[in-house]
Amino acid sequence: MTDPSDTTAERLSTRPTARLRSLAWVARRIGGGLFVLWMVATVIFFALRLIPGDPVDAILGGPGSQASAEAVAQIRTDYGLDQPLIVQYFLAMGKLAVADFGTSYALKVAVAPYVLTQLWSTLVLTIASMVVAWILAVALTLVTSGRGGPARAVGSGLELLAAAVPHFWLASLLIIVLSNTLHLLPPISVPGPLGLILPVITLALPLTGFLGQLMRESLANAYEQPFVLSARARGESEWGVRLRHVLRHAALPGISLSGWAFGSLLSGAVVVETIFARPGLGRTLLSAVSIRDIPVVTAVAILSALTFIIVTLATDAIDRIVDPRVAKQ
Amino acid sequence: MTEILAGRLRRNNHAGPATNRSQKLGRNGGALLAIVALLFILIAALAPQLLTSADPDAVAPVDAFQSPSSTHFFGTDESGRDVYTRVVFGAANSLFIGIAATIVGLGLALILGMLGGLGGRVGDFVSTRVVEVMFALPGLLLALIFIAIAGPGVVTSTVAVGLSTAPGYARIIRSQLRSVRNSGYVEAATVLGHSRLRIVVQHILPGALAPIFVLGTLGVGQAIVWASSLGFLGLGVAPPAAEWGAMLSSGRTYIDVAWWLTVFPGLAIVATAASFTVLGRALNERTRQGGLG
Repeated sequence: MTDPSDTTAERLSTRPTARLRSLAWVARRIGGGLFVLWMVATVIFFALRLIPGDPVDAILGGPGSQASAEAVAQIRTDYGLDQPLIVQYFLAMGKLAVADFGTSYALKVAVAPYVLTQLWSTLVLTIASMVVAWILAVALTLVTSGRGGPARAVGSGLELLAAAVPHFWLASLLIIVLSNTLHLLPPISVPGPLGLILPVITLALPLTGFLGQLMRESLANAYEQPFVLSARARGESEWGVRLRHVLRHAALPGISLSGWAFGSLLSGAVVVETIFARPGLGRTLLSAVSIRDIPVVTAVAILSALTFIIVTLATDAIDRIVDPRVAKQ
Repeated sequence: MTEILAGRLRRNNHAGPATNRSQKLGRNGGALLAIVALLFILIAALAPQLLTSADPDAVAPVDAFQSPSSTHFFGTDESGRDVYTRVVFGAANSLFIGIAATIVGLGLALILGMLGGLGGRVGDFVSTRVVEVMFALPGLLLALIFIAIAGPGVVTSTVAVGLSTAPGYARIIRSQLRSVRNSGYVEAATVLGHSRLRIVVQHILPGALAPIFVLGTLGVGQAIVWASSLGFLGLGVAPPAAEWGAMLSSGRTYIDVAWWLTVFPGLAIVATAASFTVLGRALNERTRQGGLG
């Protein structure tokens, strides 16, 4: 292993090919991403048709509706549900290809703008949580890394607990302590930054545990590298070594995992949004699945997959920038 | 979280054994504590009568919402049922779902991983795409749709959790199998002219098995957390049964008046999950140093 900065000269000399290679890489990734999106849409389409019950019931507002046979038949034709399944599939894919997500069965509104509003709310939550988790994890590892036994033991113990705590339990504890006992913060998510505090803490703490565990390990490895010794020999201060040399290495596995972490935050958002009664993609998904609102579930699935693909692409790109060795492999 | 394990297992070769003595002692102490906790949970799951003489479903409306005391360690719930007893009896359900879900997840992953790691170019292409698609869907979405299809229940949430953890395992198993396949002893077996099947069964699978076992141990805790999340959303085990997630779900209604309904089942989940993680890490350390024995 060498310090990534050592390869700068080499990179300069091979710049045109490197750029071409990067472009090819991006193109390949975008193609792969589109393929994954199509597969996601296909899986979701058939999986949703496997849910027992008639979709017409969902459109009419539940199996209890007293609709006449003509009304039911009318709806079946309107929504194209009288076509053979394979025809429905190609019609649906055709519409998705031009980003037409249709009309919600339950809400009778256009799905795309509705789900996008929800996505915005969830993105604010997840991005804020991600930022908070990174700051906490970096601070925790840096402060406890070089120290002796006790500090490290406390640090890794905290990380272990944080990583083992279920979101919904952490949320309940925060409500009990901060809202019901100390009356500091509202137990449900009110609009504005104040309502964001508890949901963000809930999502960020477990992620902090994961990132912290990961960084601690790579930090320990980085400390043993020759470039740390040479930096020390040059007379750099302890914090200079930590911030300029070691952190860069320690952050790598965390960065490559951020894509995965983002996906898990979306799962966590279902629980957090439900507990704090906060609008968002997660809560929309939960209710849409339970009332079988096929267009909404499809849109949520495709949007989450798209977000995941974009975030993974971005983190892989950051990986290549932070550590040029990655691109060479 | 399985991705994190991937990183951890991959870096096996680089991370040296615990160098300093106090560190090693601390880890062993932690592992010991975890084993004691897990034994306790195992007793609760197999023979709950040893830990409590009360009936988990005994309703006593007069005793509703008692705070923790010497008669009711963890207090009582809205029907006057003893929360400690219910937590003890809930261990069986939660532990079963956690272990079974991990087995389902690892089983699915093993199929996908073997296809990818040993199935040649086409197999690898197919399995990589399948795993990519599964990754792109949030785990909970897969679980929710599966539960909507199959109806809520113990078996359903087990499979749902297994399904959502499978892609992470599959990636790790694939890279594990690949590195074993390219190792010296497999090459030696190939040179000796052993058949492909024999090499896979006799050399490659055993070589990859120990890390998979470690992976499973680390995964059980997370599977329990996952399953309890489903229970919390009302999609797991049916309400009257004692299951930690379901207990938390019904306790949520009374969060303003009875904090103990939320705190204690959650503590049980955290203790179990953390213990499995500590144990898994200790096993990982041992396999690194050569063999599980």
